[in-house]
Amino acid sequence: MTKEQIYQDLDEIFQDVFDDESIHVTEATIAADIEDWDSLEHINLVVAIENHFKIKFNMSEVTSMKNVGEMVAIIMERKA
Amino acid sequence: MRALEYPFDSEYILKKKKALKKDLLLQNITFLQKRIAILGGSTTNDIKLVLELFLLNYGIQPIFYESEYNQFWQDATFENNELDAFHPDIIFIHTTNRNIINYPKLTDDQEQITNLLENEYEKFETMWNTLRDKYNCPIIQNNFDYPFYRLLGNKDSTDIHGKTNYIMKLNLKFAAYAETHETFFINDINYQSAQMGLEKWADPFYWYMYKYALSYSAIPELSFNVANIIKAIYGKNKKSLILDLDNTLWGGIVGEDGVENLVLGQETAEGQAYMAFQEYLKEHSKMGIILNINSKNDEENALAGLKHPNSVLNPDDFVVIKANWQPKSNNIIEIYEQLNLSAESLVFVDDNPAERAIINQNVPVVSTPEMVSPDKYMQIIDRSGFFEVIGLSTDDLNKNEMYKENIKRDKMMSSFANYDEYLKSLEMKATIQAFIPLYMSRIAQLTNKSNQFNLTTKRYTQSEIENVAADDKYLTLYGDLEDIFGSNGVVSLIIGNIAGKKLNIDLWIMSCRVLKRDMEKAMMDTLVHKCQKSGIIEIYGYYYPTPKNGMVKDFYELQGFTKVSADESGNTTWKYVIKKQYKDKNKFIKVEE
Repeated sequence: MTKEQIYQDLDEIFQDVFDDESIHVTEATIAADIEDWDSLEHINLVVAIENHFKIKFNMSEVTSMKNVGEMVAIIMERKA
Repeated sequence: MRALEYPFDSEYILKKKKALKKDLLLQNITFLQKRIAILGGSTTNDIKLVLELFLLNYGIQPIFYESEYNQFWQDATFENNELDAFHPDIIFIHTTNRNIINYPKLTDDQEQITNLLENEYEKFETMWNTLRDKYNCPIIQNNFDYPFYRLLGNKDSTDIHGKTNYIMKLNLKFAAYAETHETFFINDINYQSAQMGLEKWADPFYWYMYKYALSYSAIPELSFNVANIIKAIYGKNKKSLILDLDNTLWGGIVGEDGVENLVLGQETAEGQAYMAFQEYLKEHSKMGIILNINSKNDEENALAGLKHPNSVLNPDDFVVIKANWQPKSNNIIEIYEQLNLSAESLVFVDDNPAERAIINQNVPVVSTPEMVSPDKYMQIIDRSGFFEVIGLSTDDLNKNEMYKENIKRDKMMSSFANYDEYLKSLEMKATIQAFIPLYMSRIAQLTNKSNQFNLTTKRYTQSEIENVAADDKYLTLYGDLEDIFGSNGVVSLIIGNIAGKKLNIDLWIMSCRVLKRDMEKAMMDTLVHKCQKSGIIEIYGYYYPTPKNGMVKDFYELQGFTKVSADESGNTTWKYVIKKQYKDKNKFIKVEE
């Protein structure tokens, strides 16, 4: 799976979860960039990503992810 | 909405909940608004959001109060202005085994463990009683799921020191409270978790990360179950099953294969599955669910199939049998019109997706569960929660008893030469008083169920009943009747609104199971006594005809009212002037007012 594909898929997941089709994420996207992205929606987002890519983040990963770039790095590592 | 019907895709619901909510709010219906307080012992945010979806799908629009994280007990038992001001219609207490504070220690003896159990339980009971006293609304309480690990292995369930054993005992105590408190309902997460499997139900990951006591993916299952209880409380259960025949109640096509070749009975695996499904349906009819047939068949063949020697269901088990060649959607419309039921209260059971599609298109409010293979039929109907029972203990289960008592009464009646003597021998006692908190839910239920002895057919929700009871502009009476064979429970109601020296009767109903017992006379007597006390001199009664209430057309006349007016649709108004010397009409019932 290429990085590009992952970003494409992530766009769709973010759009579903936040119900906003204008969302496009980049490496640098952080929670503060998206209006509804609070700690409660974070769970929903993480679970949707896990389900989509059929992976599991571990506890330290979920707590330490700083931006979408770090999230993508973990996904790529799992899918490799 | 298909996405919210069993079997639903939990991942999809969670991910798309924002979009789903928008779609649900676009439905062209008037939502029933309800105020729901969620008191949580763990995170409840997504439970609330998903519960909202299922409720909207049932036509109920919730307004939520949500306790702060793990503040359920404090919120319930201490002064709480915010919750007071919220005026909950329903309280849902979401607790799990994570909220059990003390478990038995391995060194504890029997007595210590019994005390521990009592203390743990009493904390909950105190909370429920406080909530009942303060808010007087239905309470939905989770029981407990089993623990994630078993220190004692299999012995954990049988040894008094085992957590599993301890939880089993707590659950029994919860159940006992539910048995004796009408508006208290257990949301059985013990069963739900078993159904899912404990590992799927409660992944500790979500507890450590987000303080969710259950897995994120288990939330829709939980919320669905709670929504089912709530919709049942508001009378939104399904009432009737409309059943196809060929490949639904038996394998094969009766018109082509012939009765003797139908797959039904113990001889084959499929035949067993169809038989079991028929038994399951028969149990529903005993619970008061109306069974009907909607089949593309000649009627003769349909009836022949139902007379198959292995058929559990017989023609007598059905109220309406439509076996013909017209579109099934036409049949359904005729069935609900004949039964005087709403289309929303029907479940259409047919193995053929094309037939289901026709119903979806033409009568979309009818539920059409996907019946895929006979070994799964039961499961699909069962998990859908169509007939969630809330009042079996008070009404339906007693129904059998009451019918038996009625048979005894009939027997006794035939042993008397005259009816008055029979009535006297029943030694009837009634309590006729203003509405009291204990009966509010029964009263609301009765206003929604009574069709025949019902002068105005006005329906009330429980909170409307409570408002009326608390308002001194209204006069309310409930009548509870018992005799030597047992109690009949609350069987009659009157609600009147007071306008100066006049009383207008908004509602007068009586359960048909106490017809001809002079209960209506006793109600009239008490009504007059109460009016006299409050200085009311005129009573106005109203009769609004419906297809079902013809039996009370002349009721007010029989009570001594005079007709004041009548309109072309048959609505009549009646007037009764109270004389100082009122003579009681009832002679056989000892009344406590």
